[in-house]
Amino acid sequence: MRRLVAICVSFLGVSAVTLLAQDTTMVQGGIYQRPFIVESGRTAVGGYFEANTTWSRTEGVNEGPSTDLRRFNIFLFSTLGPRLQFTSELEFEEGGEEVRVETALLDYRLHPALVIRAGVLLPPIGAFNVNHDGPRYEFVERPLVSTEIIPATLAEAGFGVHGRFGARAWSFSYDTYLTNGLNSGILLNEAGRTRLADGKGISLFEDDENGSPAFSARIATRHRSVGEIGLSHYRGIYNVFRLEGEQVDEKRWVSLTAVDLERRVGPIEVRGEVAFARIDLPSDLREIQGDRQWGFYLDAVTTVWRPRIRGLTDPHLRVGVRLERVDFNQGQFSTTGRKRFDERNAASVALSFRPVPETVFRLNYRVERFRDLQGNPAERTSTIQAGVATYF
Amino acid sequence: MKDLRVTRLRSDLVRRNLWAIPLFVLLSACDGLGPSAPAETEVLAGPLPGMSGPQLALHIRGDEEFGRVFGVADGLGPIFVAESCERCHVGDGKGHPVFNLTRFGRLTSTGFDPMRSAGGPQVQNRAILNHRGEVVPASATGAAGFTAPAVTGLGFLEAVDDATLLALEDPTDSDGDGISGRVQLVDAAGVVSEVIDLERFLDGAGDRLRIDGRLIGRFGKKASAISLLHQTANAYREDMGITSDLLPVDPINFAVGGFATDGVPDPEVSSDAVQAVVFYLRTLRAPVRREADAPEVVAGERLFIDIGCAKCHLPSLTAGSSTIAAIDRVTFHPYTDLLLHDMGPELDDGYTEGRAVTSEWRTAPLWGIGLAAVSQGGTGFFLHDGRATSLEQAIDLHGGEAASSRLRFRGLSAEDQRRLVTFLRSL
Repeated sequence: MRRLVAICVSFLGVSAVTLLAQDTTMVQGGIYQRPFIVESGRTAVGGYFEANTTWSRTEGVNEGPSTDLRRFNIFLFSTLGPRLQFTSELEFEEGGEEVRVETALLDYRLHPALVIRAGVLLPPIGAFNVNHDGPRYEFVERPLVSTEIIPATLAEAGFGVHGRFGARAWSFSYDTYLTNGLNSGILLNEAGRTRLADGKGISLFEDDENGSPAFSARIATRHRSVGEIGLSHYRGIYNVFRLEGEQVDEKRWVSLTAVDLERRVGPIEVRGEVAFARIDLPSDLREIQGDRQWGFYLDAVTTVWRPRIRGLTDPHLRVGVRLERVDFNQGQFSTTGRKRFDERNAASVALSFRPVPETVFRLNYRVERFRDLQGNPAERTSTIQAGVATYF
Repeated sequence: MKDLRVTRLRSDLVRRNLWAIPLFVLLSACDGLGPSAPAETEVLAGPLPGMSGPQLALHIRGDEEFGRVFGVADGLGPIFVAESCERCHVGDGKGHPVFNLTRFGRLTSTGFDPMRSAGGPQVQNRAILNHRGEVVPASATGAAGFTAPAVTGLGFLEAVDDATLLALEDPTDSDGDGISGRVQLVDAAGVVSEVIDLERFLDGAGDRLRIDGRLIGRFGKKASAISLLHQTANAYREDMGITSDLLPVDPINFAVGGFATDGVPDPEVSSDAVQAVVFYLRTLRAPVRREADAPEVVAGERLFIDIGCAKCHLPSLTAGSSTIAAIDRVTFHPYTDLLLHDMGPELDDGYTEGRAVTSEWRTAPLWGIGLAAVSQGGTGFFLHDGRATSLEQAIDLHGGEAASSRLRFRGLSAEDQRRLVTFLRSL
């Protein structure tokens, strides 16, 4: 046993030295890989904003174009010591109607392979939940799977550890946290289906309403030139099963499993995520709310032109394609034996211009087909979106 | 020279990648940039023609309320069947069996007991967390499933004068044709009297015709609702557990205790919203027929009349006076007489309402039946509980007063049976 421990310690030590010269992993480093963060001074301020104009038509009906300032986020980052970092993000959504603390966490780095994290953090369920800043993407809309199955942006109060190790081109990382968890808003909400995003709430930053922390973890491997693949899992009790010490209901859990991928294939950057949700529902609600859900998205983006424009160092024009699908209710009706639907399928094409890497002007065209629970003929929607997103 | 090379390289790069721009335009052009509206013959939803701007605005508001999904925070439950009107009446069409209502009761020596003290007559089979959905009590002697009907054209049915319905009655089969329809009668007490008062105030409606102090019902499988307001207030409470001014107490699951609390103050929906939904239902257009003039369809309709189906599924009715121009004194084609008829043991589930016996059902309007599958997931589920999955099967389950028509349908050639069904699909 002592020998095993010694080997592990030696491995971690060697890995740490190697990692000093490497990029951070995509997900773990996400919150620090933002352009405003510099190593000078104690505190830095930055942020990003997104504004879009949308023209959408569903089954021949459109309400005309609509423009909104979708997000305006402010980052605060502070180096408190050589091993101690604080970062926070304040988000103003929908033009300021919704304001919330999205991140406020402290990292204490004992070792690159062992960093203690506490505060309001982003459980690493898939990669998008951590790496979701608008300016990083050529697509105006966030992926359906990452918002409707994985409830990005999911921020929860909690603590845990993360770290990374590896040698040469390969590196490995892990994250594991205990957080307050989702609440019972995930079912019987205004969406008319089980929706994990409706289980988020202001209470995430306050007391855990059921006293049962949720567990989340992600392991990933990354090759410097190939890309990263991660496997993540989240599980927690979502309902209030105990009141004043008395058991009033059975414990009901929700779990999410996701695989995320980011890699480069020649000139094409490929990024995607697949996620599966399982929700423990009372038997009378399973058919109409959905106790098993899944979805995926796959982006392929490439640079097609790097024009020379005076005053800009590296402007480029990019195109991309996104395919995505979410199934909110897997299974069959007990009454008819037929498949339950409640599905959304979409395809998008994107044309974007980045005058500088941190700023993107985007033009998207998106088609979506929605089939209701019963599987009636799909409702068709087409959307044209133009927008801008930039770090500052 | 170097600059020239750079320029050429850049030009090559541009040429090599410009394919992406037409590709983007091409993909964008797919679907004509936006899907066009479906033909009006392919959908049931849509407002009556000729409404004024304010009427259309209220219709659209009612549509939004009709589609509103109630969550726990809005007062859903504590026990319920569905979370919105639209869940059962998808696209204003017939519902899917997963949202069937179940109603129960007990036949006693003094009549039919709807078992209100046991949560009857309707089961709310689903519940919010920390509550329990209901089941049919073991002491019930009968229970029936109810598949949600299409809601289009209801304003026309509501506008038919009571006197017109009474004129259609033949309770003793005085003409000897084997058909003996009669109107449903509803006690003018409780919520019904409140509905009458409200309608008198809202619509300037005159006194309703009373028979032995009771009112004529016309909506629901057993015709036990007197008006769209009555039906709507009932549906909010009984189907969704949403309280209103008219019915301000949530449904109770007596099997787990005599309380009806979901933590949300009552009423949970405003009377404004209820009225908007009623107006929406009242101003939905009548279903539009498809290929009504096709020879096959015309021949099928003739057969429909010849074998006696049209005696109950009356092709035409005429509306009385209405404040809505498109309904006012208009003759329309619902294929119903809105009367109760004995359908025999085939459709007798041992459950009933009002004065109907357990085998009596109100004649289902057939308009829109050709689009049933469009709202039921691709398969039509017919009859009161969706037990028939084809029109032929539905006809075959008609007994009682309809038995002779069924016999004549069975006696038709396969070709004629197909014509008759083609006619039904055109409705």
